[in-house]
Parts: sequence; C-alpha cells; structure tokens
Amino acid sequence: MSEPSATGRFGEFGGRFVPETLVPACQELEQAFRDAWDDPIFRGDLSAILQEYAGRPSIITECHQLGARLGIRLVLKREDLNHTGSHKINNVLGQTLLAKRMGKKRIVAETGAGQHGVASATAAALMGLECKVYMGAVDVERQALNVFRMRLLGAEVEAVHSGSRTLKDAVNEAMRDWVASVESTHYCLGSVMGPHPYPWMVRQFHRVIGDEAREQCSERFGSDPDVVVACVGGGSNAIGIFSGFVDTDARLIGVEPAGGAAVGRGVPGVVHGMRSFLMQDEYGQVQEAHSISAGLDYPGVGPEHSYLASIGRAEYPTVTDAEVIDAFQLMARTEGIIPALECAHALAWIVRESGSLQGRTVLMNLSGRGDKDVAQMMEILS
Amino acid sequence: MQRLESALRARREAGGKILIPYVTGGLSGWQDAVRAAAASGSDAIEIGIPFSDPVMDGPVIQEASQRALDAGATPVSILNDVRRLDVDVPLVVMCYYNTVHHAGHERFASQLSQAGIAGAIVPDLPLEEAGPWCEAADAADIATVMLAAPTAPDDRLPRICERARGFVYSVGLLGVTGERATLAGTATALAGRLKPLTEVPVVVGVGVSNAEQAVEASRVADGVIQGAAVVRRLLETGAEAVGDYIAEVRGALEHHWPTR
Repeated sequence: MSEPSATGRFGEFGGRFVPETLVPACQELEQAFRDAWDDPIFRGDLSAILQEYAGRPSIITECHQLGARLGIRLVLKREDLNHTGSHKINNVLGQTLLAKRMGKKRIVAETGAGQHGVASATAAALMGLECKVYMGAVDVERQALNVFRMRLLGAEVEAVHSGSRTLKDAVNEAMRDWVASVESTHYCLGSVMGPHPYPWMVRQFHRVIGDEAREQCSERFGSDPDVVVACVGGGSNAIGIFSGFVDTDARLIGVEPAGGAAVGRGVPGVVHGMRSFLMQDEYGQVQEAHSISAGLDYPGVGPEHSYLASIGRAEYPTVTDAEVIDAFQLMARTEGIIPALECAHALAWIVRESGSLQGRTVLMNLSGRGDKDVAQMMEILS
Repeated sequence: MQRLESALRARREAGGKILIPYVTGGLSGWQDAVRAAAASGSDAIEIGIPFSDPVMDGPVIQEASQRALDAGATPVSILNDVRRLDVDVPLVVMCYYNTVHHAGHERFASQLSQAGIAGAIVPDLPLEEAGPWCEAADAADIATVMLAAPTAPDDRLPRICERARGFVYSVGLLGVTGERATLAGTATALAGRLKPLTEVPVVVGVGVSNAEQAVEASRVADGVIQGAAVVRRLLETGAEAVGDYIAEVRGALEHHWPTR
C-alpha cells in the first residue's frame, strides 16, 4: 500500500478537515511520525516492545473442524492472543512511543467496545503517561468490565452523554479535549480514521498483522490465501491485514454490520477530520449506527477503505446481528475459541458465503477475544 | 468590497467596536432573538446551522444544536426562515463543513446568496482545505470568514488574513465555545499578532463571556463575537433577554469607544 498524497488523500478520500487550532498539531505529528518511522532506533524500540510486551508475532491457527464443516480451509490470524486481547495494542504502543518521543505528557483516546481504551490505558501505564478515555454512555453500560479494567490501569474514563452516546460522540469529545489541551496532549486515535496523518500512521502501526500473516501463510501452505476477511468499523484491523495482501490476487473482504454500513449505504461526507463514506441524512446530518457490537457502531469508515472500495480492490458486504450471534456460538463450539462480537461479523460472512468458497483458503483476522462480550451474550441467549 | 466587510469597517472607521452575536438557527425563539439583537446594536449576526457532530462547540451550543435538530431544523428550513427575518444588519451563517459538502459548494453558495446571507464561517475547514469552497463563495458574493487560532505559527497568520473576507475570526482560546470566568490571555495575544497584518477587521470569538471581557478583548481587537453567552440566555430565558444582553455589551463598548 502506498503513502497518501501530500494533502493526506487516498484517491479522493482523507484530507485534514480540522479546526485551525489543530492544524499545527497535525502537521507536527505528521513530521514526527515520518522521522520516527524512518529512524531505525524507533523501529527497533517498537519491534522490541511488540515482541516482549505484546507477544508478537501472533500465531495463525487453522480451524480444522469448522473448516471441514464449511468446506473451506479456514485460517485465523490470532490478534486475540495479543496482550490486552486485541489488535489495538499494535497501534497504541506505536502512538505512545511516538508521544513520548514528542515530549507529550498525556494522551486522550476514544473507545467504543473498550478495546482501544484498555489498550491505551495499558500503554499509558507502561510508558508513564497520563490517560483519559472518552466512551459513549451507552457503551459504558454495555462494556462495564472494560471500564473497570481501564480504571484499574490508572486511566480516567469519562462517559459521553451527547448525541447518540456511542463511539462517534466519544470521538467528538476526545477532539474537543484535544482542541483545549493540544500543547501537552497527544490524541491517541484508535482507528484508521481522523485527519491526516492518522489514517496512514495507524495503518503503518497495524500492517505488522498483514506482513506476519503473509509470511506465515506462505510458510504453512506455500501460497497466499484466496480470500482475506476482516470486520470493519473504522477499519483498523482490516487495513492491518489487507496491507499484507493488497498486492496479491487475494480477494479482500471488509465486513460491516448491517446497521453501520458506511461503505455499503453511505455517501462521501466529512466528519472527524476526514472525507470518507459516511452514513448521513439528506441534509448531511450524520446518522447513528446500530450494531450488536459496540466496536462497530460507527457511521463512518477509514478513508483508505473508501478508496479501496472505489477502485474495486476490496469488497464491503454486510451481515445482520442475527447472523453474528450464530457465528459467535459456532466458533465457540467447534473450535473452542470465543471471538469478539466484532470478529464474529467476519465469520458470519464466511459462513453465509461458504457455498461459493468451497475448497478455498480463507484467512480471517480474529482481531479480538470475546471475553468482553460474554455478559452481553448471556443476556441475549437467555 | 462585500457588504459584510464594509459594514464592519464602517463601525471601526466611526471609532466604535464591532459586536457580532451568534444565534443557533432553528432553536425555539431564534428569529425573535435575531431581531432583538439586530435592534440592540449588533453590526452583523451569526446564524448557526445545527450539525449532528459539532466538534468546536461546548455544552451550551451543543445543547442548542441538538434541540434545534430535534425540532426538525434543516439548513433549508433555516435559510427559508432567514428570508423572512427582515433585519438590516448583514447575516453570516456558521456551519460545519459537511453541511456545505453535502449540498455541494456551488449549490450551497447559491442557497446562501438567495437567502440574503452575506458571509459564512466554516470552523472545520482550515486554510489548506478551503480552496474549492472559497472559490464558489467568492463567485456568489459570499464572504468566507477565516479563523485564526492561538496555535498558529507566525508564517501561517498572513496567509489566513489574505484569504479572509468580511473579518478575521480570532479564536480567543485553546478550546471549544463556551463561557469562561476570565478572558484567556491568548485572546488579546492573538488579536495583537493579527492586527498589524491586515486591514480586514479582527474580531475575537470563543470564550468572550460578558461585557467586561468584551471591553478587554476590544482593547486590542476591532470587536467581539458573543456566542454561548447569547445562546444560554435564549435557552434559559428568551429572545428579550438576548436583546437586553446585546444592549448591555454595546453600552459597555460605546462607553469606551463611542461611535461617532
């Protein structure tokens, strides 16, 4: 995957639509990231910490039972086994290391399901940074365990009561905090979204997923997978795994929830600093996403996904909550792996499409573990 | 010169200070509030077009925006109401960029023009991204007000001033809109950096919370914007309180800088 243009664009998507106050901070961050990314010492430090602290490389697991049942070779990239239980740690370790290098003392973050919040709180504890996490009030309620986890790690968690009280409002509130605190604070954005350089920078921090997976598939199977599947909210785990395969013949599938289908149902719009596909009404008011999974409750999508969709390189189908609930249980029972509800979206698509995938090798990014969703599922299934 | 800038320059040339209230369009009583403000010494009035995700706004204007949206306000309904306002000061819309982007640059500029709007403030459209909108706005004779922030390095401010039409919106503090106990030091510091760079009026907004702070900011700037202080009065009391408040601020400014 290539760098965005000088104005931070992937095709006609991306850009830097932020209040004037934040323009110098975005420029400074872009420069700092460029310097760090080209600096072997920074890359070495990051690599070491990913290995010794986060547990990289994450393994791949072939699902023999489920694969046989579906008539495919199903392979999981096990980001659920990283420290803190999801892929989010790759990005936050990168960003907090960068924040330290820039002399920042504090980070703010938004979170939906709580995975990015937990990862941010973890990295902040490790690096000795102050951390504040904004989380929609609805999500605070449905992810109480993660809220407690963040507080245990020393982070302050603020429930956001404005708007739809979910992820998009948490992003708004984190941006408002950053506008006021920009001199001391780094905004540790949790997905491949926001103003330039975030979509590009966060992708670079996650491309380790795809790079590892490509090498592992090649070692294990002697070839690239036929299909690479990941769930998409903002799209960070999907971009991470896609980056390893975008130059292969593999089909790239980003699965969106039916109630939050930015690519599927959106039109180009501008929110949270970027131009991208966005669910909005006839006057450009951003619509609220509705999904069983807090981590995918986002009406927009990272601009590089919009670009990949616009050039036809990746496909963005949707699955329903009901399909997700089935897929969640199916993986638990056949493989002994409880996936995050977000990842159950990817599996739901594979199950539905398995008829047309017979005999193929399907690589799915298992981007997080489902422990956080167990209480919610207990209610749904009882 | 467009009529927004000429109205503001006229106040300055007469020795007075510029006063621009902000009212959230579509909020209950907003049209009366605009009329009351116009009759109480405003030089121009900002009309906010509510947006679902107002990242530059604090709690008061967020609440006003949400109430207006809940009441069914849309950019089209607000612009239709604007035509019936019949006030004699220039009107400026303040809207987030997706409202413009969604309508389309040329179409939105022409909608503003047809509603008799003189200018536009788009707080999430910084200099580097503003080009296409500014072209469409210039062609429709809509003045695009540029914002300048305290974080801007010295080499950025002249470019902002050069692109600004109507006035330069000098952002008073690091943070979102809302009332504060005291005027931030950044308010006068930034206005002081901008004044030598431009003949376009420099007006301080964000965090100018009462008549006293308006006077303090105006010691350096050409005048002030009154946002949350106005909207809070409209939310809590009503249009009359807005008129009284603007008259009070105008009185304080006239006391120090009487308009000849």
